[in-house]
Amino acid sequence: MSDHEYTPKSKFGKWFNDRLPLLTLGNHLADYPTPKNLNYWWTFGGILTFCLITQIVTGLTLAMHYIAHADLAFESVEHIMRDVNYGWLIRYIHSNGASMFFLAVYIHIFRSLFYGSYKSPREIIWIIGIIIYLLMMAAAFMGYVLPWGQMSFWGATVITNLFSAIPFIGEGIVQWLWGGYSVDNPTLTRFFTLHYLIPFLILGLVVLHIWALHVPGNNNPIGIDIKKPSKDTVPFHPYIVIKDGFALLMFMIVFAFFVFYSPNILGHADNYIEANPMVTPAHIVPEWYLLPFYAILRSIPDKLMGVIAMLSAILILAALPWLDTSKIRSAVFRPLYKQFYWILVVDVIILGYVGAMPAEGLYLLVARVATAYYFVHFLIILPVLGFKEKTMPLPLSITEPVLGEPLSSSTIKKESLN
Amino acid sequence: MKNIFKITYLTILLLTAMHQVKAEENIELLKTEWSFKGLFGKFDRGSLQRGYQVYTEVCASCHSMKYLSYRNLAEEGGPEFSIEQTKAIAASFEVTDGPNDDGEMFTRPAKLSDKFVAPYENIKAAQAANGGAYPPDMSVLAKARSGGVDYIYSVLLGYEDPPSGIILEDGVYYNKYMYGNNIKMSQPLYEGSVEYSDGTVATEEQMAKDVATFLMWTAEPHLESRHKMGFRAIIYLIILTILVYFSMKKVWSRIESEI
Repeated sequence: MSDHEYTPKSKFGKWFNDRLPLLTLGNHLADYPTPKNLNYWWTFGGILTFCLITQIVTGLTLAMHYIAHADLAFESVEHIMRDVNYGWLIRYIHSNGASMFFLAVYIHIFRSLFYGSYKSPREIIWIIGIIIYLLMMAAAFMGYVLPWGQMSFWGATVITNLFSAIPFIGEGIVQWLWGGYSVDNPTLTRFFTLHYLIPFLILGLVVLHIWALHVPGNNNPIGIDIKKPSKDTVPFHPYIVIKDGFALLMFMIVFAFFVFYSPNILGHADNYIEANPMVTPAHIVPEWYLLPFYAILRSIPDKLMGVIAMLSAILILAALPWLDTSKIRSAVFRPLYKQFYWILVVDVIILGYVGAMPAEGLYLLVARVATAYYFVHFLIILPVLGFKEKTMPLPLSITEPVLGEPLSSSTIKKESLN
Repeated sequence: MKNIFKITYLTILLLTAMHQVKAEENIELLKTEWSFKGLFGKFDRGSLQRGYQVYTEVCASCHSMKYLSYRNLAEEGGPEFSIEQTKAIAASFEVTDGPNDDGEMFTRPAKLSDKFVAPYENIKAAQAANGGAYPPDMSVLAKARSGGVDYIYSVLLGYEDPPSGIILEDGVYYNKYMYGNNIKMSQPLYEGSVEYSDGTVATEEQMAKDVATFLMWTAEPHLESRHKMGFRAIIYLIILTILVYFSMKKVWSRIESEI
């Protein structure tokens, strides 16, 4: 990976490194040449790592006090909130942490979409990222079930019931998932087990994600290949470390506001009512980060087709490197793509909004149009755009002028915000 | 750039239009001043103590509060009754304990460590006594209703004669703010339902406000320490962020690049 050989200074270091090259790895990570024009949208990778570790640490602590049993789960959560020392803090960090995690991952994904980071040679990084995103959704969904409130129970019922749409074997699969004939104690215990397992799978995939990143190196705002190391790059430490640290602190301030001043604003009031299989809540809504997909699911009148549309909406992202036919990575040099990109952002926000509303009347109509547009963007606009779009000339390097006009990093930044 | 503004503008327009359609269905809750809102929000100790009185004299005849113990009443950040007062409160309730060495269950006065005594043996008994409706446990009620304390405050004051044309079944009452407007609880608070020992006049609004404050505390017993810690944590983070910002500037000044 690294171009130069690394030799530890001390004798012991040499001895150890010959047997397990941890020091070489550390040196590679510190020296890793990073494009120097990365903007703050690039700091979310580090922020996401922080989110994952926060969720694992707080989650482990919660698991020491939580009881995965249908009769005791709700009470044990209240025990955490009331009697465990700083239990309220740990639980609020964990529950809001999930939202922060998704906020960061959506920014990370949309950054990738804007700057074309999924394109050759970074397809594998992108696909691993999509798998991580899928696992995150599974973990978040199962985690939301654990407090065993009304939304937990009914959310679990609605989502697991989706599998019943599969012809012939659907019913059997649903009963197998439940471990019975309805969502009950066996469902809760297996969800707890899986909720505990998935973060470690994600951790493993994150290692692969970073490993795969370190082969071609980072993409950058102007999206051109750069020589590494060169005057276009800076070593990861200290330049990127301190910049990521600064961005992380800003992120933590937002995080802290949620945890300390509105810890329940992102949740649903019904989840403070203990699960009751006899009473269905008026509106069953998932957590905000799943709403766009929920809207897609409900916009299709047929159940099976709805499930297929919802899954396709996520899986279509994995095919993105081949759906986007343009050779140019960064939207900075793609005037048309840039506009379609922002329309997509708005489209997804609208989907999220209607996902939270009852599926009727105007909401349903809007949801259908927005769903259709979502697929049109990926299946028609992107492939066609690659051939039709007249792109702007690319600079030769980050620092070198293009067509006689000097391109400073500040103009890049201004451009990229357009 | 112009396009983004246009798109953003249209989105906002669309979302607000949809929101207004929705807002017409909802009715505005009554608002009052809550001392526990805001960055430095704290409970009003007197209000919490009065709220406990309303709860125990009015609500507790039907509503349980199973996640609270008597000791909580003396804890910091709550009503902060003195230990003696709290012990006396606990001792006024009878709990079933046991089995003793003879294998018998027995009753004894409650201690600080006991949970609040529930008015009914079980949910079925509660339903049977209340025309089939279960009076919800009040421990986390303030977090379990959208609108929170404002909703509770409004429902307590929202009893009215039903509009003409609406005929209510026996044992069902009309409430302006209740979901669906039908409520099986009769109006619980009337002027002078309780007699406050601190001289506060027990108007309906006053009692509703006090008991709603009390319910906010039972739902969120660590609210005060959360606000206090939050303020410190955020100040700490802001100072650290500023320091790291200048360090970053310094580090990046070694190479000619903007950050």
